[in-house]
Amino acid sequence: MLDNKPPTTKLNRIHMTSSTIFVTIAVLALLAFAMVRQTALSRVDGDTTKLHSLPRHYGYFGASWALLPALLVFVVWIIFGKHIIENLMISGLSPDVTLEFKDQTALLINRIRLAVENGVSRETNPDIIAAANHFNALYTKGLWASFILAVSVGLLGFNHASRRAQPDYRARNKFETLLSVFLVASSAIAIITTLGIVASLLFESLRFFSEVPLDDFLFGLKWSPQTALRADQVGSSGSFGAVPLFAGTLLISVLAMLVAGPIGLFAAIYLTQYASGRMRKVAKPLLEVLAGVPTVVYGFFAALTIAPLFRDTGEMLGLNIASESALAAGFVMGIMIIPFVSSLSDDALTAVPKSLKDGSLALGATKSETIIKVLLPAALPGIVGAFLLAVSRAIGETMIVMMAAGMQPNLTANPFEAVTTVTVQIVALLTGDQEFDSSKTLSAFALGLTLFVITMGLNILAQRIVRKYREAYE
Amino acid sequence: MSELPMNRPTNWQSPEIALRTKRRYRKEKIFHALGFSAVVIAGFFLVSLLGKIISDGSEGFIQTSIDVDIPFSSSILGDPRELGAAEFEKQIRQVNMLLLIQGAMNDYFPEVTKRKEKRQILRMFSTGAREQLRNIILSNPAVVGSTQRVRLLASDDIDQVIKGNIDISLPENNRKVKDVEIAWLTKFETEDRVSRNFHTRFFTSGDSREPELAGIWGATVGSALTLLVTLTIAFPVGVLTAIYLEEFAPKNRFTDILEININNLAAVPSIVFGLLGLAVFLGVMNLPRSAPLVGGLTLALMTLPTIIIASRAAIKAVPPSIRDAARGLGASPMQVVFHHVLPLAMPGILTGTIIGMAQALGETAPLLMIGMVAFIVDIPGSVTDAATALPVQIFLWADSPERAFTEKTSAAIMVLLAFLITMNGVAIWLRQKFERQW
Repeated sequence: MLDNKPPTTKLNRIHMTSSTIFVTIAVLALLAFAMVRQTALSRVDGDTTKLHSLPRHYGYFGASWALLPALLVFVVWIIFGKHIIENLMISGLSPDVTLEFKDQTALLINRIRLAVENGVSRETNPDIIAAANHFNALYTKGLWASFILAVSVGLLGFNHASRRAQPDYRARNKFETLLSVFLVASSAIAIITTLGIVASLLFESLRFFSEVPLDDFLFGLKWSPQTALRADQVGSSGSFGAVPLFAGTLLISVLAMLVAGPIGLFAAIYLTQYASGRMRKVAKPLLEVLAGVPTVVYGFFAALTIAPLFRDTGEMLGLNIASESALAAGFVMGIMIIPFVSSLSDDALTAVPKSLKDGSLALGATKSETIIKVLLPAALPGIVGAFLLAVSRAIGETMIVMMAAGMQPNLTANPFEAVTTVTVQIVALLTGDQEFDSSKTLSAFALGLTLFVITMGLNILAQRIVRKYREAYE
Repeated sequence: MSELPMNRPTNWQSPEIALRTKRRYRKEKIFHALGFSAVVIAGFFLVSLLGKIISDGSEGFIQTSIDVDIPFSSSILGDPRELGAAEFEKQIRQVNMLLLIQGAMNDYFPEVTKRKEKRQILRMFSTGAREQLRNIILSNPAVVGSTQRVRLLASDDIDQVIKGNIDISLPENNRKVKDVEIAWLTKFETEDRVSRNFHTRFFTSGDSREPELAGIWGATVGSALTLLVTLTIAFPVGVLTAIYLEEFAPKNRFTDILEININNLAAVPSIVFGLLGLAVFLGVMNLPRSAPLVGGLTLALMTLPTIIIASRAAIKAVPPSIRDAARGLGASPMQVVFHHVLPLAMPGILTGTIIGMAQALGETAPLLMIGMVAFIVDIPGSVTDAATALPVQIFLWADSPERAFTEKTSAAIMVLLAFLITMNGVAIWLRQKFERQW
């Protein structure tokens, strides 16, 4: 918790200079654009017909030669600069300090970092203050070095570009090749994201599973990740059986589908088959508003309105409903996913060829008979797909369960009790101030991996089913 | 129809056929009613959700104040003419302003003599009242020596009594506001000193532990900075990816994987993106915790699929004749795309981007993962400052036990929904204004 902002004067200055470098590089690129364009023009005395490309292509060409190398230097500095300087600083530490913090280099670095960020006011150890000052001096030097390097590389690139900007130089083609590289690179980001997700989840999970066996995690019945501080305390190891979490997630998802399934499906049937055009025009966007409401709002609604309502109704009926019940969370989540079910089922129903429906009506079937006996069977794969996607949505939902379902792991099928889910535990495990590599925090990544695999599996399955069905009619 | 004899013509007038038709029509009616009621129920949910938020939240924009005659005595504050401006300001910043309120209350309630009760009276005012008085004195040192009527902010408990949210008919031990306080409050009320005003502070200040001082400006700025980062990353990358996939990508393995990948990425739970942000942006890259920069990057990866899918649809909708004409006139493939296809697809792309941004604005879970849940009073000034975002602020307030925070939460939700409605409204307007049927 940050009650007041630390006095980050030092860091602000560093930050300021970083942005100064950025602005300088940008100005350099603009200059390069104007000057290379001018150079090209002057080489043909302003007669653009003698140039291979348009004058601005020479400009673009020049700007990219100035911008990209300089930017590369700058980015390398941002990513690796701090690490390198930290290592330099550590190797320059006096032997007393290294001895004092033997085996606790991480702690030492942290303290120095704090001293650097907060100014030296709260630090008492003179060696650490010295180290922090040393770090600051190194950082400023490094910043200047990278600044000078970036600018000189930019100038070199600019020089190269203006020498190449001859009238017969294919500036446009060069620039367009560069552009297409950017296009491919952008597309690669989507793949890199997936790889990043898989890699980070897998990496941390593997570390977790090296401490906790996989089958304990998947089949254990007790979830209490509170590892004690000392090894000799009771429960020092914590227990990481995730079955109660899976059960809680399943219970809430089932409840949500019990609400969203029928309402969503019937709404889709009504809107596609019965409603007038005007009704459809009004009702469809209104349903979609339900999908646009942020989940935190649903969570607030569940915790403050629905949960007390259910508890009081339960009391009247003689049922004991907890104030944080799976029922309330599941119900509100059901409301949230109605539009997913309805709009996807809507698509599935409208995709059924009209001839099937007309044929059935022509044989004398009523509308409802046509829907039940012809349309629904034909649209079934699409509807199943819609339900699967909705389930995957429900499993991954965090805020509603976070605010309305509770934190206590509870292996039960009783919807009136409080349960906890995979997502809630991930948040609970990671929002405290723990060491990053305790098995407690690592278990969150194992849960995340499970969540990712399950939702991904459901999603791929749903897409398969929908696609297979589409092929049958198109 | 197997129960009817097969080789005789069906008698459509027979009673059993009539009965069956009737039954079938009744089923039809029931089915129709079921469908209709599903829509009505969904609508009812929407209305009750919004209705509840609005009925709770409209109170949150209003705050109770009490008019008090404050004697700005120079014996407490010092004399500005003697001290000089700079010295006086320094003194004012150190003086305990509660003394002024206490002086005023001693005059107003001469019958109260017990220390405990005197303290209780002071607690009827917000802790922000001190700051109010200080600002009055600093902006106008001439008030020293005179007695002025000042509209002081009441504490949140008094505010709740005035709003009727604390039931004063309960036994005294079961409520936070005691009988003596209500008696004092009644005295203020009979002299018409209690007023309920529009609470501008709610829109201009950062978070606070006191409901009457808490505001959403800090969270709003945090959200704006986060979205700025999201937009600068997700928009160009999303559009370039869409261009590549629609206009240049060869039909090969890489493209197939890319397409499947983008569709699947859209379905990954948001909290997993939070884990990614935590592990990569904070763990590997060492970017600052709780900063809009990291939040924006994480949300950018999350909204990327939305923007790509919308942009692809928009680019696909541009007819090939445009491309052929441009190619025929000698434009290079890049020029075709950037001079002709992209401008024509822009309304659709912008619509998709705004919808993606609206999603990002409402997202909470990933921001919890990267530490944007801290209690932060200051208004963030740059993307690397610690900040929180509107939905996270709502989450934090929703967790607060004070009754007064409930209405603040609802009020903050109303503001968030107003932003979302505006964004979606702009998106719809864009689509309707610029969408072309080719």
